[in-house]
Amino acid sequence: MSSILTVDDSASVRMAIRIALSGAGHSVAEAADGSEGLGKARMAKYDLIITDLNMPRMNGLEMIREIRKLPIQAGTPIIFLTTESADNLKSQAKAAGATGWLVKPFVPDHLLKVARKVLGG
Amino acid sequence: MSEQDPAAAFRIEAADLLDATEQALLDLTHDLASRDLVDTVFRGMHTLKGSGAMFGFDALAAFTHHCETAFDKVRKGIVPASAELVAITLGAMDHMRALVDLDADDPALDEAGNAILERLHAALGSAPDAGGEAPPAAQPMPAANATAAPGGWHIVFRLPAEAMANGTNPLILLDEMRELGDAEVHVLTDTVPPLDELDPTLCYLGWDVTLKGAATREDIEDVFIFVMDDMDLSIEALESEAPPAAGAVQAAASAKAAAPAESPRSPAPRSARAAEESVRVPAGRLDVLMDRVGELVIVQSRLAQLAESGLRGPAGELALRSISEEVERLASELRDTTMVLRMVPIAALFGRFRRLVHDLAHETGKEIELVTEGESTEIDKTVSEQLADPIVHLIRNACDHGLETPEERGEAGKATTGRIRLSAEQAGGEVLITITDDGRGINRQRVRAKAEANGLLQPGQVVPDSELLQMIFHPGFSTAEQVTNLSGRGVGMDVVKRTIEALRGTIDMTSEPGKGSTITLRIPLTLAIIEGLLVRVGQGNYVIPLAAVEECIELSLEEDIRTRGRSMISLRGRLVPFLRLREVFQTGTRPDPYQKIVVIGTGGERVGLVVDQIIGSHQTVIKSLSGLHRRLPSFSGATILGDGGVALILDIVQLVALGQQQEERLRAAG
Repeated sequence: MSSILTVDDSASVRMAIRIALSGAGHSVAEAADGSEGLGKARMAKYDLIITDLNMPRMNGLEMIREIRKLPIQAGTPIIFLTTESADNLKSQAKAAGATGWLVKPFVPDHLLKVARKVLGG
Repeated sequence: MSEQDPAAAFRIEAADLLDATEQALLDLTHDLASRDLVDTVFRGMHTLKGSGAMFGFDALAAFTHHCETAFDKVRKGIVPASAELVAITLGAMDHMRALVDLDADDPALDEAGNAILERLHAALGSAPDAGGEAPPAAQPMPAANATAAPGGWHIVFRLPAEAMANGTNPLILLDEMRELGDAEVHVLTDTVPPLDELDPTLCYLGWDVTLKGAATREDIEDVFIFVMDDMDLSIEALESEAPPAAGAVQAAASAKAAAPAESPRSPAPRSARAAEESVRVPAGRLDVLMDRVGELVIVQSRLAQLAESGLRGPAGELALRSISEEVERLASELRDTTMVLRMVPIAALFGRFRRLVHDLAHETGKEIELVTEGESTEIDKTVSEQLADPIVHLIRNACDHGLETPEERGEAGKATTGRIRLSAEQAGGEVLITITDDGRGINRQRVRAKAEANGLLQPGQVVPDSELLQMIFHPGFSTAEQVTNLSGRGVGMDVVKRTIEALRGTIDMTSEPGKGSTITLRIPLTLAIIEGLLVRVGQGNYVIPLAAVEECIELSLEEDIRTRGRSMISLRGRLVPFLRLREVFQTGTRPDPYQKIVVIGTGGERVGLVVDQIIGSHQTVIKSLSGLHRRLPSFSGATILGDGGVALILDIVQLVALGQQQEERLRAAG
């Protein structure tokens, strides 16, 4: 069982992620924007962070850069949500320190596959 | 949010998103060149399409896709943003709302959608299918490169230096490759620097892997998909040593290739429309609530301790009193905190009217500007929802009857653009909402003529101006000479008034000829708790909403006898009808020697209520009556008193009407 943080301003997407991952036995924490996500990432070590990029208060890119400065999250995989058409965003997010991505819209199987890919096992 | 239905959550989000996008579209009508607004609209559509597809709203995703494509073209400068395009897209927003609410396919809706899309494509000057590749449902990865190498693969890779710091674990990559077949792994250490130059967070190693099995090149590339752009990777097919049965490899390879596609789309279950309403509460408010509950638990344990200790006498009483005071403070704080949970900013309500005014301006050919103020004013969510219809009606009236055409305004020396101001502010326990227009104002002559024609006024009867204006709230009253499709057929203002009064609010109007009219709504902040005046009639307790109480006076025995059968008292020179509640409720008890009259007023009309005793003011938590009793006139609800008894809450509007009827009957009789 891994501990996973999902950061998204859309409650429905967070809910979909939580249902899929907790169904696979993971524990899932939620944050509604980058600033809240960063706050949680400061407090506890996560095995995986899944974040949207376009969010109010602090966007995903900024949050990823800040999280990469946190010793507690050293090497924590960060997956960002993106859409098919956002290629330049992909390279920006990679440069900010993201590990991988998940293309929206996704089904639970996609999400689990990506989570397995960076968590191992 | 604890319910487990993402589709329901999506519906709420989609509604917000549609509202925000619509606001951007409305702004765009004034500023067609704004890139920011076009971007906002595009992003709104983009999110709606993507999330819609995720939660099984396929019709919505497919429809929105076309609008997204249109705004993508605008964004990229392929087509200009035109007033026509914005108008069509505004229409499309309504269709999207319908699709969000949709529970099953509806052919009529499809047709409506297609009609909108046809107009959209006509406006863009493109064929309907030009921008119409299928919207992206969650797709399997494209199957290319799906041939296996009979002799296996030789793979050499070096990860980007910062790969580990960025969360890529080489061990997991190697494990993933081992799952593809027999792998022989050698580590390449040639680029590891001397110890004093080594940064432990960087990745200096490379790997050389020989992989046997049925894996395809694509399978291997899939392993590295997240790092492939920045890494060194070479994948070479090995010559086969002893060719295995070709058929077996082929079968295995195609099974692999098909594997990603076998995950069927499992859309989130579309339950029936989530009827349960929800309120979004800022986390800070819940924290305050938790604090109070925590304090309550502490006080409770103090009380338990006191009971346990058996402390009696003055010391025990003192301790008990201190706890009681603490509980009282906490209860009142909890009440306030909890009530605030239901409060929402009025901005959401006001936001809806921009579209309305935009459409009305279009229909009437008038130039109308809507100005809103005090949007952060908070109001109970239920109240906010119930206010929507009355305010829509008032704004329609203002646009239709109040404001003049640009030509008329020009002749009157006014700016050609009419202005409607919608403002909200909190005043004590009430929210004040005013709707002001700078139009022609109410035509008194016409109101009077109409009132006389309807028998509401005697010809030549002198009434104060404020009472004359109140006439427009009478049922069946409409001064518009020509009934337009906007203001309807005089079903308006009386319904508005009744709705506002059902919320225990009031409606007032002032108007200045040539300058415009102002309508003021006063709405209590919440429906759940009121300040009441507790009175006794016979043996029953009743609550009169304190806001309606004007004064309390004594009804002396001789006056009681003198007024019997007439039921009018003179109050500072004006006659006020009164009701003997003992008779209305048929209590069958003897009156107290010193009865009191509670004078209540609503909408400028006053009635006295004769009660036996005034007990005092009472914080009244309103409980609604059961279905069996709901239709009882004179009562709007019930409450539970401190001693556990029940008191009925008097319905002021009903009682005032009853008093006025009685007065008219008496007047007719003699």
